[in-house]
Amino acid sequence: MKLLVCVSKTPDTTAKISFNADHTEFNEAGITFIMNPYDEWYALVRAMELKEATGGTVTLINVGPASNDAVIRKGLAIGADDAVRIDCNPTSSLYVAKQIAEYAKEQNYDMVFCGKETIDYNGSEVGGMVADMLAMPFISYASEMEMNGNTATIKRDIEGGKETIEVDTPFVLSAAKGLAEQRIPNMRGIMQARRKPINVVSPVDFEDVSSVVSYELPPAKAACKMVDPENMEELVRLLHEEAKII
Amino acid sequence: MGKFENGVSTLDDFKVSSKTDQFQGHDYYAVDDLLTDEHKIARDAVRAWVKQSVSPIIEDCANRSLCPTHLFKELGEIGAYGPSIPAKYGGGGMDDIAYGIIMQELERGDSGIRSMASVQGSLVMYPIYRFASEEQKMKWLPKLGSGELIGCFGLTEPDHGSNPAGMVTNIKDDGDCYILNGAKMWITNSPVADIAVVWAKDEEGKIRGMVVESDSKGFSAPEIHGKWSLRASVTGELVFEDVRVPKENVFPEIKGLKGPLSCLTKARYGISWGAIGAAMDCYDSALRYSQERVQFGKPIGAFQLTQKKLAEMITEITKAQLLCWRLGSLMNNGKATPAQVSMAKRNNVNMALEIAREARQIHGGMGITNEYPIMRHMMNLETVLTYEGTHDIHLLITGMDVTGFNAFK
Ligand SMILES: Cc1cc2nc3c(=O)[nH]c(=O)nc-3n(C[C@H](O)[C@H](O)[C@H](O)COP(=O)(O)OP(=O)(O)OC[C@H]3O[C@@H](n4cnc5c(N)ncnc54)[C@H](O)[C@@H]3O)c2cc1C
Repeated sequence: MKLLVCVSKTPDTTAKISFNADHTEFNEAGITFIMNPYDEWYALVRAMELKEATGGTVTLINVGPASNDAVIRKGLAIGADDAVRIDCNPTSSLYVAKQIAEYAKEQNYDMVFCGKETIDYNGSEVGGMVADMLAMPFISYASEMEMNGNTATIKRDIEGGKETIEVDTPFVLSAAKGLAEQRIPNMRGIMQARRKPINVVSPVDFEDVSSVVSYELPPAKAACKMVDPENMEELVRLLHEEAKII
Repeated sequence: MGKFENGVSTLDDFKVSSKTDQFQGHDYYAVDDLLTDEHKIARDAVRAWVKQSVSPIIEDCANRSLCPTHLFKELGEIGAYGPSIPAKYGGGGMDDIAYGIIMQELERGDSGIRSMASVQGSLVMYPIYRFASEEQKMKWLPKLGSGELIGCFGLTEPDHGSNPAGMVTNIKDDGDCYILNGAKMWITNSPVADIAVVWAKDEEGKIRGMVVESDSKGFSAPEIHGKWSLRASVTGELVFEDVRVPKENVFPEIKGLKGPLSCLTKARYGISWGAIGAAMDCYDSALRYSQERVQFGKPIGAFQLTQKKLAEMITEITKAQLLCWRLGSLMNNGKATPAQVSMAKRNNVNMALEIAREARQIHGGMGITNEYPIMRHMMNLETVLTYEGTHDIHLLITGMDVTGFNAFK
């Protein structure tokens, strides 16, 4: 089976987020980047498991500049066979999806995996857009998946429960927690990754249709207030008057 | 040992902590820019493994003085043994900076866990890789690299610690074997080891190295109890009563103290990185605590005296990082001298111990409990300060290197 896994780079979960002076750009200085956990822990590992069970290849794809190679190398260390990087600075989900679809359409992948969202911009858009551009079915929020020949039985998370779907290859899937378990690359894998190719491809021309106007941070968390367990009235008053949730 | 079924522990033997390990690395001088992608991926991998397999049980291991022997296999799986030994021999084929970073991350978890790995990699696999015949290398190294076999390193004797040249353990020629007699003391991993790399004098009084199998007749390895330090690592004696060692197990070329000393250089180098890990864990915990703990209406981190402690800690950690990075670069080019390694081991372990003590104060009373890693690191570091050459012995090495005078004797 020929599998493509879309991987992106996100700030580490503990990174302190800030923006430039006019709040139009994210400030990357001093930020540690990691592979988006949904891509790494679930999408890539499930793809690796399928490859190990039935043979085939796992290719990583990333849309971004050369500084993303470190994140791609980690994916190769976990076990992907090779990688493609579309060399550009992406401007939106649509832009990213367009680049991935343009590359993938020539390659006849059986499945395209991505994470259910990135933990920075939380778009949840790329998978659906890629599926549409490739005219393939899209199964989002997949938390379990079994293969039987060319048919996949996929459980997806829905509000308060699960939905089970059957779909034939080729399809695009977005991975949620539960689809697989995190794998830690070992030293041998890390060294082998050095010799695996990252194929750098030029982007196709694409005029973006939206642009970012500004960013803002969520309001700072207020200090925690401790209420004496005996003093229920005070707790109710605070929830009503200050937190305004009852 | 033998407290576990088949002698090997499982996760179920330990109480799993409900606390999550919130550790974050600290890199004040962007030393990361000096590292390769492989270095950083290796660091993140070992850090993730420590958070997954070590942090949840380490307080219980230390509290009950039990070695989590199931981690020997896991250390092999992630590739923590002899990462700079070629892959063909069960190593990782990485450079010495990668090796240092792996030791840093393991010791961030616990010095005992790092000891399990550095003994296996630097003191057992490394001498076999350097000094044994090809056949012996292929016999032992891949299984040591995967953690299928556990090794230990016997140099120190009850009456010869800082002065190993005085050792009395000896071998006598007996046809196709040597007959080994004597005793070793303070040997990490010895009670659980399958093989021991042992240093003993031949009939000419020359120090020779050899692989001794633990199931040999006359071999025993009683455990040393009552340690208040390195409690998650098992330490024992090695006792040899007319043990027959096949001649092919004796390293052919190397004679004299430079054999064991060359292994120690490698291990000490790893310790100089490891100490940064322990120091960073103490600093990280103290920094977080200082931001959360409120006294006199302010976080204690807002008081100048707390800031002095924290500022000095990160300054010392940063200096140690740069020292290690430079030493690692010299190692990679085969240019590091044993005396340079001594300086880094001495400086960094002492730095870590002082940071542990300061961090303990920042945590107030909480600092003495196993809610926080501080006391465990502090107690562990007392061993690290002494083994692989004591703090004072390393000073004498630097002293001799700069003055030309030997102050040992
Ligand atoms: C937990 C643990 C694990 C260990 N694991 C191993 C192992 O796996 N393999 C192994 O071979 N060994 C191991 N060791 C032994 C360790 O390397 C020795 O303890 C160390 O070398 C010191 O020897 P000693 O304890 O005999 O102290 P001594 O040599 O008796 O030293 C006592 C004190 O005297 C000082 N001193 C000695 N000579 C001089 C001098 N000339 N000038 C000034 N001061 C001096 C020392 O600095 C020290 O402060 C381990 C030790 C411990 C505690």
